[in-house]
Amino acid sequence: MSTLSRDEVAHLAHLARLAVTDEELDLFAGQLAAVLDAVAQVGKASVEDVPPTTHAVPMTNVMREDVIRPSLPRDVVLAGAPAAEDGRFRVPRILQEEA
Amino acid sequence: MSTDVTSMTATEIQAALADGGTSVEVTRAYLDRIAATDGELGAYLHVDPEAALARAAEIDAGSTRGTGLAGIPVALKDVVVTEGVPTTSGSKILEGWKPPYDATVAARLKAAGTVLLGKTNMDEFAMGSSTENSAYRITHNPWNPERIPGGSSGGSSAAVAGGLAPWAIGTDTGGSIRQPAAVTGLVGHKPTYGSVSRYGLIAFSSSLDQAGPMARTVLDAALLHEAIGGHDPLDSTSIDAPVPVLAESARRGAQGDLSGLTVGVVRELGGEGHRDGYEDGVIDSFGAAVARLEKLGAEIREVSCPAFDLALAAYYLIAPSEASSNLARFDGVRYGLRVGDDGARELDEVMALTREQGFGPEVKRRIILGTYALSSGYYEAYYGQAQKVRTLISRDFSAAFADVDVLVSPTTPTVAFPLGARVDNPVAMYAADLCTLPASLAGVPAISVPCGLSEGLPVGFQIMAPALADDRCYQVAAALEAALTADRGDRGFLDQLAAR
Repeated sequence: MSTLSRDEVAHLAHLARLAVTDEELDLFAGQLAAVLDAVAQVGKASVEDVPPTTHAVPMTNVMREDVIRPSLPRDVVLAGAPAAEDGRFRVPRILQEEA
Repeated sequence: MSTDVTSMTATEIQAALADGGTSVEVTRAYLDRIAATDGELGAYLHVDPEAALARAAEIDAGSTRGTGLAGIPVALKDVVVTEGVPTTSGSKILEGWKPPYDATVAARLKAAGTVLLGKTNMDEFAMGSSTENSAYRITHNPWNPERIPGGSSGGSSAAVAGGLAPWAIGTDTGGSIRQPAAVTGLVGHKPTYGSVSRYGLIAFSSSLDQAGPMARTVLDAALLHEAIGGHDPLDSTSIDAPVPVLAESARRGAQGDLSGLTVGVVRELGGEGHRDGYEDGVIDSFGAAVARLEKLGAEIREVSCPAFDLALAAYYLIAPSEASSNLARFDGVRYGLRVGDDGARELDEVMALTREQGFGPEVKRRIILGTYALSSGYYEAYYGQAQKVRTLISRDFSAAFADVDVLVSPTTPTVAFPLGARVDNPVAMYAADLCTLPASLAGVPAISVPCGLSEGLPVGFQIMAPALADDRCYQVAAALEAALTADRGDRGFLDQLAAR
């Protein structure tokens, strides 16, 4: 049985910027342990010398001519923003005030 | 035009329109049925009757009237962004958002003259197999309202099976077109990865996501697929190949001669020793369909693909890992919900509160699982190992396709299960995708076509083909559909729909 402690779930949630509740931590720790048990089956495969697949079809870098094209109008883009000001996205502060 | 337009196939609607019928009549019939029944069915998240009728009138007055797909209504899964039309991906975090542009799939259907009926319900960010993870409403199965409509494209399946749209677009990451199609008696096809543009699909797992058709017949699905397929410079994973000829393959298949075709029955997907979780009724119906293909001239062989046993484990590491990265864009900055921005809280805190309130439990579980699988110390054992298993699955397909033309299996291990039965047990919910995951991981095309009933509910038959051989899926599916229809002597579920 794989385990994922409540503290580990809280840490992962923090890394993913999720403010989970206490009830969610209890619920998810149990459910994720069961999921981890199921997915840990991948460890059964013998994969020596097997390369990983990142994409199902062969991928090559795609190039195009560097042509100037119109972009979406600024007002149209900002219309969907939770907050905008002076033609820009308005965001909460990211720095502490100077002491 | 017949008043019975909501139980017609799209091909029949096309003929009626070419014969002088109007798109306004057709569109109004669907809107009326939506108004009358969707309160209980729950297929749609957004319907704008005025816009749909105005669009239909525009087509009726234009030069394309009566040609191609012009005037035929269509529904889009709410993961497809549509300019000026609310798009939520089933999530509260995008409630009220009106995208500033059209997805390529939406733009191509618009250019073809189709009429958008509305946006259909789905599991939040396409994560689920029952549509119960939608943040907005429960969708019921038209065959039995206490059963799931499948997921994540459950709004699309319920709409088409319930007579609320003649056909619809779904998306499939691990089975989200094929499984809902199977449990509602429809045809659903997941195209070869890269053959339908992903531009404007709200991303879940980018190496797996594909849009495709959900329809009442194989021919309808082929026509809808042709309308959305083909290279798109706006999607860097788009394959630069011509749109395959699919409707013609469906018509050829319907003639019923499969001599020269070799069909491989995958032992690991419901064969001897691999039947845990499979219902007897599903196995019986599947077996009878295989026998029917043999009667049409196909040579049947059993094929073993041992790595398929690990597909579920690999998928539920790869998809959550990609999702944890893709869903980082929902940060409350550029679009959608923002919570807790009171002037005192900092950005990180506002992001965390926004995501806490905006995402539902399954999305949070997958983000946490993906973050775990990608974190240092666990990466090799989980994500890295899963990617290697993905290679083994592709190798099994390659080896099998060296011997057979198509592979077949049941689409789902069970018929539609009761609403609520698995919602608190993620692992049980994931098992609904057991048969559809290998084709997703290998990027190969796969179709689900109805093959009978078990306990009064539809059973789906899955046909998988090599990459870019989508036409084979349509050919074999059409042959089976035609044979089973002839055996029954009726139009199956289309007759039931007309009687409802």
